[in-house]
Amino acid sequence: MTVGDLSSSPSSSRELHVLAVDDSFVDRKVIERLLRISACKVTTVESGTRALQYLGLDGDKGSSTLKDLKVNLIVTDYSMPGLTGYELLKKIKESSAFREVPVVIMSSENIQPRIQQCMTEGAEGFLLKPVKLADVKRLKELIMRSGEPEDETKHSCPKRILQDDTDSSTSTLSSSLDVSSLDDDTPSSKRMKLEPRAHD
Amino acid sequence: MQRQVALIKQSLLDQGYLDEQFMELEELQDDANPNFVEEVATLYFKDSARLINNIDQALERGSFDFNRLDNYMHQFKGSSTSIGASKVKTECTMFREYCRAGNAEGCLRTFKQLKKEHATLRKKLEQYFQLARQAGPKETARRPK
Repeated sequence: MTVGDLSSSPSSSRELHVLAVDDSFVDRKVIERLLRISACKVTTVESGTRALQYLGLDGDKGSSTLKDLKVNLIVTDYSMPGLTGYELLKKIKESSAFREVPVVIMSSENIQPRIQQCMTEGAEGFLLKPVKLADVKRLKELIMRSGEPEDETKHSCPKRILQDDTDSSTSTLSSSLDVSSLDDDTPSSKRMKLEPRAHD
Repeated sequence: MQRQVALIKQSLLDQGYLDEQFMELEELQDDANPNFVEEVATLYFKDSARLINNIDQALERGSFDFNRLDNYMHQFKGSSTSIGASKVKTECTMFREYCRAGNAEGCLRTFKQLKKEHATLRKKLEQYFQLARQAGPKETARRPK
């Protein structure tokens, strides 16, 4: 497990801190490199369980040490032994501490029901493996834009990241990021409404 | 020498041993990380050796646990895809189809072929990386600063 630098000042840098979860050594190395090139701080873990431990969501109530833990994005593989990416996503969205953190699911398999299931559960996006640098760059752009402070105009056009069917590349992001969760108690219903946009 | 490196890579691509993904990985190299692809390849071959061993043992046992075999192969296919090991990936796909069909003989046959492709790729990549290192970082480090 590669641990990011937790002692660095949490809010002063605009650098994104990404937690990447994948049981494959090879994929962890690749996603880490992709994220580092995109000027992100990266922490990689090899399982959903480890991810929960890292986030302090593993049932241990002692979260005081994690007060300063700032994670801006979680990218997780779907098919992992033990906790799947979907189950990890659910746990994150159930937590008060991290439910606002965008979670993106990666998978080598393009299975529509699976994608839908994840989006319904609150995933910000879905990336088809092998993930490319262009995907990560776009992802970062979207996350940074949505993270910009108190811009009311942003909420008026909720967007989401989704694999774009019309694009010829296998793993793409449309120019959308769902920020509805920021001011909505029922994020899933809002996201359901956005479904048609997936086929832009 | 750099031209030689480029030619070898091109032939690996043309012959289908490697695909676009390998090129994508090379794009991630720079002066600070000149051996990134070789590092990934090393990880891949270490990991896939382990998987091959597991599958060999499972097959030798005689009782075909197709679910477990499919699971191993899913991992194998995943990492092969990530490094751009095209022929190996194809064999993985075929193996999984045989698993789903419960076809033990098909699995055995495909696995033999897979091991062959894997060994060939390993040798070729070892040659390639050795040459690339001798040629110097300029050829493989394509990402502009």
